[in-house]
Amino acid sequence: MPGAVDIDPAVPAAEHARSRGWSALADTVLLITGMLIVWQVATLIIGHEVLTSPLETARRLSAIMADPDFPAHSWETGRAFGTALIIALAGGLTIGVALGAHRLSGQVAAPILVALYSIPKITLYPVILLLFGLGISAKIAFGVIHGIIPVIIFTMNGVRNINGVYFRAARAMRLSGMQTASNIIVPAALPEIVSGFRIGFSLTLLGTLIGEMFASQRGIGYMLVKAMETNDVATVMALALFLIVLATAASSVLLVIDRRLHQSVIAQSGDSQ
Amino acid sequence: MMTRPGKVRWALIIAALALLEGACRLGFVSRQTIIAPTAMAAGAWQALGSAEMRGHILITLASVAQSIGLAIVVGFAVGAALYRLPRLRRTLDPFLASYYAVPAFVFYPVFIVLFGLNRWPLVAIGFVFAVTAVIINTLDGLSRVPRGVRRTAAVMKLTPLQHIFFIMLPAAAPWLFTGAKFAVVYSFIGVIAGEFVLSGAGLGHAIAFAYNSFDNATMYGLMLLLFLIVGGINMQLWIWEQRLYARRGGY
Repeated sequence: MPGAVDIDPAVPAAEHARSRGWSALADTVLLITGMLIVWQVATLIIGHEVLTSPLETARRLSAIMADPDFPAHSWETGRAFGTALIIALAGGLTIGVALGAHRLSGQVAAPILVALYSIPKITLYPVILLLFGLGISAKIAFGVIHGIIPVIIFTMNGVRNINGVYFRAARAMRLSGMQTASNIIVPAALPEIVSGFRIGFSLTLLGTLIGEMFASQRGIGYMLVKAMETNDVATVMALALFLIVLATAASSVLLVIDRRLHQSVIAQSGDSQ
Repeated sequence: MMTRPGKVRWALIIAALALLEGACRLGFVSRQTIIAPTAMAAGAWQALGSAEMRGHILITLASVAQSIGLAIVVGFAVGAALYRLPRLRRTLDPFLASYYAVPAFVFYPVFIVLFGLNRWPLVAIGFVFAVTAVIINTLDGLSRVPRGVRRTAAVMKLTPLQHIFFIMLPAAAPWLFTGAKFAVVYSFIGVIAGEFVLSGAGLGHAIAFAYNSFDNATMYGLMLLLFLIVGGINMQLWIWEQRLYARRGGY
């Protein structure tokens, strides 16, 4: 019975994984404690009018969050970011699949996309303002131009690396273009697509906040730039902390999904070989 | 000899520019919004002729160069240290992965108070933006050195220094190069973003100033120059990277 051999060590392996999970959690807590200590020491060295201490920052953050204006500001940012994210992910996925599936288009577009990815897009803010005017559409546009390009590049590369047999199978089954895209291409390239989404998520948030800093009277980016202009370090630190915690939490969840998908693909290809 | 995708690409770019030129000249697009590509080029040429603008460009390039140098040296050292400390690295991984979601230049005011009103806060912003990309790529490169290669080094009883210079660095070279490439991109982004927000000099400041005084010719001219500079540097790095891959036997 070959199966019995496999079942036996499975229990200790699970236990091992659980204890490793706990020690990883302990390590994370340790790391965060270490960072807080470094932060506190840095405050003591360079003075708390330059860098507020962790405790002061947390107090200021809770004061900001208790402010009656805060829900409106964060709702504004959330709405702009959500819209920009949907456009960047859906648009990036569509364009990436199209460019990846059509060889010549992909070869033509790849260097242009890499060049667009590398230019400092913040310089385009006057153009975006001239095109979209002040307000939420300029912020959304800013988020989209930051986030969409990595989604396109990752999706395109993922689609390009799909095993050619899959496409032949699709043709043999006479699937339509849409069916091929949704039943073959997207599932086969899913790990790369999720990696692209992860980077797209970060950059869309960054772009939306930059847009708010320059082109808005509302939102967290606007609160930030106002605090920067009045040299209100405590508010800058508090808002930065708020963004870091949110971004790190969301990104960690995406990272876990990303790693699972990549591992399951490796496991599957390992089985078939 | 240009490849077929290359020809199509250039044809597309030229067609897009011609379309924009036509739309601007025929008045389909407001002159206050976008100006014709030839007018942008004229603006760029005029900016290059002015000593003041050349000063802005040079001061930006100097800050970017300092930031790139610092980011590569520090990022490589931190990456190599983290490679030797796998437990710390595992714990730090999610933080590194979500680093770029935080607009690092919000710390610009802190740097200004720290370093004073000079170019160092901008260098610091560029550095903070760039260093993490170098760390991530250094880690990636070092952990992908094949075990067989490292075992061979052990069999040959290389000294630690020989191990670093003859085994680890050449084997990880493509990733280290990618890290350096990202350092260039992110240093430009950081320094220019900082100049946009709060600075009295540099290319970012000059673009923002031209925008605020409705001087579209100068604004688009400077943007064109910036994109040409960044694009040119990236293209050169890309060519070197291809050579590096070719020398490794190519994959």
